[in-house]
Amino acid sequence: MSTRLRPARQWLITLPSLAWLGVFFVIPAFLVILTAFRPADLQGGVGPGWTLTTLKEVQDPAYLPILWRTFWLSGATTLICLALALPVAFQMARSGQRMRQVLLLLVVIPFLSNFLIRIFAWKSLLHPEGPLTKLLIALHLIPENAVLLNHAGTVLLVLVYTQLPFAILPLYAAAEKFDFGLLDAARDLGAGPLSAFSKVFVPGVRRGILSAAVMVFVCCLGQYVIPQMVGGTGDEMLGSKIAQRVFSDRNLPHASALAGGLMLAVLLPMLVVVLWQQFGRKEAE
Amino acid sequence: MDDFLVIDHVSKTFGAQRAVDDVSLTVAQGEAFSLLGPSGCGKTTLLRMIAGFERPDRGRILVGGKDITALPPELRPVNTVFQNYALFPHLSVWENIAFGLRMSRRPREEIRSGVDRMLELVRLSEHARKRPSQLSGGQRQRVAIARALVNRPQVLLLDEPLAALDLKLRQHMLMELNTLHEQVGTTFIYVTHDQGEAMSLSDRIAVMNAGKVEQVDTPEHLYETPSSSFVASFIGDANFFTGVAVELQHEGYVRVQVEGLGSPLVLSHGTVVPNQTLRLMVRPEKISLTLSRPPSGERVNAFRGVVEDMAYFGSHTRYRIRAGEHSILAQLQRSRFSGGGIDPARGAEVWMSFHPDEGRVVRLEGDA
Repeated sequence: MSTRLRPARQWLITLPSLAWLGVFFVIPAFLVILTAFRPADLQGGVGPGWTLTTLKEVQDPAYLPILWRTFWLSGATTLICLALALPVAFQMARSGQRMRQVLLLLVVIPFLSNFLIRIFAWKSLLHPEGPLTKLLIALHLIPENAVLLNHAGTVLLVLVYTQLPFAILPLYAAAEKFDFGLLDAARDLGAGPLSAFSKVFVPGVRRGILSAAVMVFVCCLGQYVIPQMVGGTGDEMLGSKIAQRVFSDRNLPHASALAGGLMLAVLLPMLVVVLWQQFGRKEAE
Repeated sequence: MDDFLVIDHVSKTFGAQRAVDDVSLTVAQGEAFSLLGPSGCGKTTLLRMIAGFERPDRGRILVGGKDITALPPELRPVNTVFQNYALFPHLSVWENIAFGLRMSRRPREEIRSGVDRMLELVRLSEHARKRPSQLSGGQRQRVAIARALVNRPQVLLLDEPLAALDLKLRQHMLMELNTLHEQVGTTFIYVTHDQGEAMSLSDRIAVMNAGKVEQVDTPEHLYETPSSSFVASFIGDANFFTGVAVELQHEGYVRVQVEGLGSPLVLSHGTVVPNQTLRLMVRPEKISLTLSRPPSGERVNAFRGVVEDMAYFGSHTRYRIRAGEHSILAQLQRSRFSGGGIDPARGAEVWMSFHPDEGRVVRLEGDA
């Protein structure tokens, strides 16, 4: 940075965003965690006084498989999205100016239609009477009685579909700054096209990979609409449980305890990532 | 082996532009060879075709008798030192140098000794664990050279190797490259737009212009006997005159009538016919300045002129002298014996003279 602001002015400039974060994130998050320590009342509200009973309730072993499923679905989605997004970002960054804009538009276009509508579209696409199922059966790619909808694989597929742009965009941002001359150097030193990609391009965009991974993983952890709409009864994620506690059971403290726990589970790894990046930056200097 | 690297009628077109136009060159094993020319002359494209990053539209490239035209870069016995060095930022100096050996799956022990030997050669052993970003420009370049040389290439390509360095470092690296070339004995191909660099680095130079090779020769020959006015003006400074051949003498001497300068006697290397229009070239430092008319003789060309402008450079002084239509550049060394001890001032009338051997007939621009 060429122009350094004086500390006082730096604070002044970041004040609005800090205020926004404080009012709409830190305080509500704090309230959610506080709610976990209040008793539930029968009307679905919060009773008076403080209690630790909810904290004991959420240690129910029945949550373990849901927790496990939430993490492996999020993890698998993250890995698949990265694997798909890396070559896309690579190609986008290598394309000419015009082609780049077209590709960028194509990546962003799905956001123009409503999230729920897109999930519904998948639902009808994968429906046993839907066009995709019929086509695949006609091509003998899947057995006659195969059901594409309502299992964990469906949830994974739709998760990947919804999260892919969030992986492509940060990777593209990193790839755009990548010096593609380094690939020439790798080829010159005896690396084939694939080795050059994996040994030089992938490490070269590792910050982008990290951002993309955090982005996708965190978004997946909180999902509840997708497992509910395209998953089966046994494919609930933690988000589904939280929604169920709020809307069906009307037990706000219980939902708060789950949400707070998930939040900490997300924030702690991110803290690690941020610290690691800081460390990496210091090392590079 | 005189034709170790052979460029055989190679052409490359980008869109409507002929980047490299039917170029043929041969480079001997162990030679230090330069491709010299202004930007856009095709030298970089030619280098990229030797390295394998571009495929020629026509023609062949051979190294050691083997046709490598169709090989991808990773399979060529050629390594490149890139202009911006293209060091891998995520790898240490040591790992950067080891990259090529790792790619060719050499045994661990061989990699270790090879890299250590290279680090010693470029005197960077104590920096082995650093990242490229922690090195100075000169050190980075030495890493880039070591990274290429460790693979024992048959040809080492160096793309503008000194362009990214500041002047002082450039002088130093110039010497260093020459020493390195002597030590490893590999064929070095430099690409550069800097004539001084090319002259001091190479055994021979190919001067390129508009996709074609104008002349291939030793630095001395290029300077003393340029074949075209492009080469003459690209390498060093030159005065050009246009005239008509009026008298052919023996051994290639020609008397040429130049408007406003009489009929100087000059040397020609090609065949000249009477009344042919010729272009003459005289280097500024080959012109002597005297206050009185130099002793006349058959072998001296002398003209009068007026000092229009002068600039003192320490080691020499440059004069711009007006003689009729002509504005002539002359360069004098200050020495007790040169120029008869004269120190012409602005506006002074002087005599310029040069020996017929110092005046050259060069190809007219555009003539093949």
